[in-house]
Amino acid sequence: MKHSFLAVIALVLVAMLGAQVPGLKSVFGVVIPWLAFVIFLGGFAYRVLQWGKSPVPFRIPTTSGQGKSLDWIKQDKYDCPATGAQVIIRMILEIFAFRSLFKNTKSEVHSGPKLTYESSKWLWLAGITFHYCFLIIVLRHMRLFTNPMPAFIAALEFGDGFLQIGAPTVYITDLLFVLALSFLFLRRLVNAKVRYISFAADYFPLFLILSIGITGILMRYFVRVDVVSIKQLAVGLTTMSLPAADVMDKIGTMFFIHLFLVCTLMVYFPYSKLMHLGGIFLSPTRNLANNSRMVRHINPWNDLKIKPHSYAGYEDDFREYMVNAGLPVEKELPKASEPEA
Amino acid sequence: MYDGGKIITGLIIFIGLMTFPVWHNGGNAGVLPKQEKPVGKTACVKPTVEMRTSHMLLLNQWRDEALREENRKPFTVDGQDYEKSLMVGCMNCHTDKKKFCDECHLYTAVKPYCWDCHFPPKENL
Repeated sequence: MKHSFLAVIALVLVAMLGAQVPGLKSVFGVVIPWLAFVIFLGGFAYRVLQWGKSPVPFRIPTTSGQGKSLDWIKQDKYDCPATGAQVIIRMILEIFAFRSLFKNTKSEVHSGPKLTYESSKWLWLAGITFHYCFLIIVLRHMRLFTNPMPAFIAALEFGDGFLQIGAPTVYITDLLFVLALSFLFLRRLVNAKVRYISFAADYFPLFLILSIGITGILMRYFVRVDVVSIKQLAVGLTTMSLPAADVMDKIGTMFFIHLFLVCTLMVYFPYSKLMHLGGIFLSPTRNLANNSRMVRHINPWNDLKIKPHSYAGYEDDFREYMVNAGLPVEKELPKASEPEA
Repeated sequence: MYDGGKIITGLIIFIGLMTFPVWHNGGNAGVLPKQEKPVGKTACVKPTVEMRTSHMLLLNQWRDEALREENRKPFTVDGQDYEKSLMVGCMNCHTDKKKFCDECHLYTAVKPYCWDCHFPPKENL
């Protein structure tokens, strides 16, 4: 945890000092973002294709409900799907509502000793709040990358700034984002069992994303920056028409820190647990129908030259030995013509 | 590759979404805002850099003081009095809403709610 924290601080310092050097502004503003974006897309595609190449010979969905059985037994369609359509609904519920987190139960030992299981929704609540806020925040940022801005983003911004507090107006998602992330971090510290299984790979993305949120909030509400110049740079990145050096000079250091942290996130993304963005779609425990008893699934790496060997054939090969060893056989040995006396 | 059709379709959709601004802009950065200064004026109430990034704070503060605290004392900078008002203060020099407000606000897609209460100056009515 200490090292993750220091790593993020180091990243902030690199961007802070780097943006002071005259020639490096275009490196931090143009070269690194482009590289990071290419690594992000390339790495993402690479990981997904690697997963696609891994055979999943058997149906291994996690079944948390009654599977399809006799007609008078009610099937739990979305906890134990048997058809493709049911799987699609299960996946939609998983991706949009985080259903498996919702079913989180907490087990505790009380005096007695008595073991209790209790539904715990806090992780689900903080998780889903964080994810939806992040999505809205990323979409809202499209106002800086698109010119003119599409109408649906204007609608999103209006809803997010609905409270009309202060100028520039406070975004609801900004507040919830920091709150939810703080909860997810404190959970790792306070809960001894979760803390025991938390590593740098858990803390680093938390700190990184939190620092992106904080620098963004600082830039909007406290250390303001020149938005017109930033938009020129951002649109320039998407159209390969980069702004002049004097435009870069108008952009404050806080922007470069924010951007550098986002670039770090993009580079880190494909090689970390954050790949669950793509992974959720390729989870065999979620995206397979539990139809092992209806469809024959053949192991893809079976050697076609190896012919099936039935029990009858096996007995034909070894009948004599089996009889000699006293094992029961389905077909007796052919009667010997005359037993020797 | 197993289920290659589905996986590659998904990947293409993902990359399409991620590069949304690229194909939305279509290589055209659009018209840049022309930032002009009012003719014949040399100074504003605060330095240019600060006004460029933080003018909305001042407007918000003036609104609160004038309307909620009934403090309409003029804002004095270097012996010069400025009316604490958008319409008869700021827009004394920055006369044109289109030129001095909308030019940048439209570009950066900022929609301040000043004009929920204020009438835009007459020529636009």
